[in-house]
Amino acid sequence: MINIDALVALSSRLERPVLERWIEEDWVRPDRRDGEFAFSDIDVARVHLILELRDQLDVDEDALPVVLLLLDQLYDLRRQVRVLADAFVRVAPSDVQRNLASELIRHVV
Amino acid sequence: MDDPYKTLGVPRDATAEAIRSAYLKLAKRHHPDLNPGDAKSEETFKAIASANDLLSDPEKRGKFDRGEIDAAGREQAPRSSYREHAEGDSGRRYSRAGSQTGGWSEDEFGDIFNSMFGEGRQAGATTPRRGADASFTLATSFLDAVNGATLRLTLPDGIALDVKVPPGTTDGQTLRLRGKGDPGRNDGPAGDARIEIRVAPHRYFVRDGQDVRIVLPVTLPEAVLGGDVEVPTPRGVVHMRVPPHSDDGTELRLKGRGVPAHNGAAAGDLYAKLNIVIGPADTALEAFLRDWKPEHATNPRRGMQEPT
Repeated sequence: MINIDALVALSSRLERPVLERWIEEDWVRPDRRDGEFAFSDIDVARVHLILELRDQLDVDEDALPVVLLLLDQLYDLRRQVRVLADAFVRVAPSDVQRNLASELIRHVV
Repeated sequence: MDDPYKTLGVPRDATAEAIRSAYLKLAKRHHPDLNPGDAKSEETFKAIASANDLLSDPEKRGKFDRGEIDAAGREQAPRSSYREHAEGDSGRRYSRAGSQTGGWSEDEFGDIFNSMFGEGRQAGATTPRRGADASFTLATSFLDAVNGATLRLTLPDGIALDVKVPPGTTDGQTLRLRGKGDPGRNDGPAGDARIEIRVAPHRYFVRDGQDVRIVLPVTLPEAVLGGDVEVPTPRGVVHMRVPPHSDDGTELRLKGRGVPAHNGAAAGDLYAKLNIVIGPADTALEAFLRDWKPEHATNPRRGMQEPT
């Protein structure tokens, strides 16, 4: 967990008012501790992703919400698939697992 | 390490702007956080990023161009690893459902199960599907394309197809044979065979839309005195009268002797451009020309002396 000053200090391209606007827009969702923001690892990585999208991939701020929305849906889906696969491995007998695997290989071409 | 110019697909003399735009185009497609779980995209992105790193810096690019450093002589920019967090449980912070608490709602999973195991999936496996179109190329002679012909095309699997090339077919035209493409699935119809026609050039016929042009060699007496000459046309030899006092380059038209009428287009014409061939000169010709005092002296090169 780091606070906003430490995070801003990490990158010369990141200005505090800009970051505050991103938090207001809900693009970044840090925790709040003792009246100030507390950024966990994923928040820091997300801030850097947004910076990279903006500065290196020329995604302007008007288009950013759409990109983030789609990315969040993509990762939601991937987390769900992972959880589903984990649960399947725990619950299903091994011959069912093998059958499913070969069925998937046959159809995913 | 690959050539950074090749990695970005730009020529060695590309402008900084062209390099940036090539990089952006590739980076947007291969950014690892936009392609989670795709190891190939990640590798490609690393290569693109380091190529851009090198070529976007005029100093480094100069050194590379002069051979002072190689393509690998740089440190790798540290990659953000948003996807590592986002795929784990901590990623739920940015879930669309907005849930920060643990556990999954039934709705979220209901959705997934429906799309993975529901009715919708089953249908796909038995729905009749049309086969894909198959593409072939067929070479024809000039005359077969102009007059039309039936040609045999042997497919890779050994089956022969009789292809009816209609009159007036042009180079690059595609013919479609319905149902001769790939077979359909689950009793779906077969795709079509798409046959691109390549017309070989002719020794002396040249096509010009519906018209056909040739250069017709004539003798000096035929040109000056006029006379009956044989002219090849796409449909065989015909006779044509060369009018007296024809000069080299005179163009004569044979109406309706070009590309035959087809598909509502009227038959084209044949244009024969005369090319006077003197042939081996003999003493009689020499003697005649020496004594010849032309009534209308001409200088055929006069036009060349005028300023353009």
